[in-house]
Amino acid sequence: MIKQISVFLENKSGRLIRVAQALGENDINIRGLSIADTSDFGILRMIVDQPDKAIEVLKGSGIMATVTEVIAMEVPDTPGGLAEVLTYMEEAGINIEYLYSFIEKPTTHAIIMMRVERINDALEVLKKNNVPIVGGDRIYSF
Amino acid sequence: MWNQQYEAMDREKLKTLQFLRLKQSLERVYQLVPFYRKSFDSIRAEPGDIRCLEDLQKLPFTVKDDLRDNFPYGLFTVDLNEVVRIHSSSGTTGIPTVVGYTKNDLDTWAELMARTLTAGGGSSESIVHIAYGYGLFTGGLGAHYGAEKIGATVVPISGGQTKRQVRMMRDLGTTLLACTPSYALYIAETIAEMDMTPGDLKLRSGIFGAEPWSESMRRVIEDKLQIDAFDIYGLSEIIGPGVAYECSAKAGLHISEDHFIPEIIDPASGEALPVGSTGELAITTVSKEALPMIRYRTRDITTLNYEPCSCGRTHVRMDKVSGRSDDMIIIRGVNVFPSQVESILLEMGETEPHYQLVVDRVGSLDTLQVLVEVSEQMFSDHVRGLESLERRIRLEIDNMLGVTADVKLVEPKSIPRSEGKAQRVIDKRNL
Repeated sequence: MIKQISVFLENKSGRLIRVAQALGENDINIRGLSIADTSDFGILRMIVDQPDKAIEVLKGSGIMATVTEVIAMEVPDTPGGLAEVLTYMEEAGINIEYLYSFIEKPTTHAIIMMRVERINDALEVLKKNNVPIVGGDRIYSF
Repeated sequence: MWNQQYEAMDREKLKTLQFLRLKQSLERVYQLVPFYRKSFDSIRAEPGDIRCLEDLQKLPFTVKDDLRDNFPYGLFTVDLNEVVRIHSSSGTTGIPTVVGYTKNDLDTWAELMARTLTAGGGSSESIVHIAYGYGLFTGGLGAHYGAEKIGATVVPISGGQTKRQVRMMRDLGTTLLACTPSYALYIAETIAEMDMTPGDLKLRSGIFGAEPWSESMRRVIEDKLQIDAFDIYGLSEIIGPGVAYECSAKAGLHISEDHFIPEIIDPASGEALPVGSTGELAITTVSKEALPMIRYRTRDITTLNYEPCSCGRTHVRMDKVSGRSDDMIIIRGVNVFPSQVESILLEMGETEPHYQLVVDRVGSLDTLQVLVEVSEQMFSDHVRGLESLERRIRLEIDNMLGVTADVKLVEPKSIPRSEGKAQRVIDKRNL
């Protein structure tokens, strides 16, 4: 499982910069991110190379941040590639809370970050269906 | 109990004592203060017309503006060479309110704070950390003299430099903390930030006052600091802190009736309200020398309870102040106290009590925005979870206060912290 950093952001100018700067100044590299927002606030979800240090740095800067466990998996970079994996989840009755793609150098596969309700069941289902799970060693330190 | 003789006095005897002292006070102000003579004359009353305690209700009120109009010494009944101390409000909103004390007044005040500290777990064994501001504000010196009177070891640290305060408390083995409730919370946060726990300190209790706070805020303070938190009440116009204090029953604050006569009045009409009603507290001092106050309107909203208390003290108890008519904001015709919003947030159990009410007017319509800082417990990775939290707070405010509010979650520490009193309301209306 991958440690994702979730950050609370007010929808005001300069908020995202503050987070990015705090990480940059501490040599933490952002490997992937996605933002979910409403008119008032947003949740920034990030994959970074040093998640534990990132939490420490962000909290030290007075930024509300928490760790959320997500799954990183490899999906064939072809039409229907994602649909197939989603079908496995659907059939197992596992709810997907959100997912987003992860930035990596071009290969034949895309990496998708996925947050689900029953994370261990989801991992079982993916393994059974031979969907490659990507570990932290590769995600954090590409 | 610090003073069994007076604090547990038989109520009939207490009333007799009050009446005798009241008569003296009335004579004194009538003879010596032109303001009171004029005010009594305006209703054709003389001190002699007051034949029982209830007759006090016939007399006019005194309000804060009377102190300002007679600035600085106009209401004093003694010559300045008998006045040994001055305290004053900050005067940021106009003419400051200046109060004076004779030597006896200072003794009375120390006696009242000795009662307060004793009821709040203090004794000669205690190490008392006084983080109320020292200076013109009555908090610091008031608590100081009381703590010395009970023979405690006093640390007069005053406000500010919170990390240093925490280190001092740890190093000195402080057992009793005296400050505002919002500063107590700030200290609790600071302890956590310094990677310490309450177990690193020897704190056992705290006496917190100078601003209204809710029952739920008490639970948070007690939980975070692992102490017994006691409410204390006072105002400089009357004497300062020590007018009323909680005992171990934590079921109301005993008003020292051998020195003060409390009444509950209707804030709008000024009518005295029947026992048990909620309304504005008015206080008459019966032992003050330099600056006696007759029916002073405190602007604090509370209820009086004359039922006997399990602690053995016979003095009447006032409820925790539920709001100030000064702080009261009227939104679309509804009276709203910041403390009510605070209770709602805390009762929901998920939120830190850091919030601010922003009132504005769009066209002819008042708007209320409630800013709530996101805390560790309430932050979730789900947009839906946070949105439903906002919705629940809004519904609760709607239910309890009858006002629709726009609830907005904001980042931690984005609402300005004050080390003294918390500014809970920003009113942008031009009324």
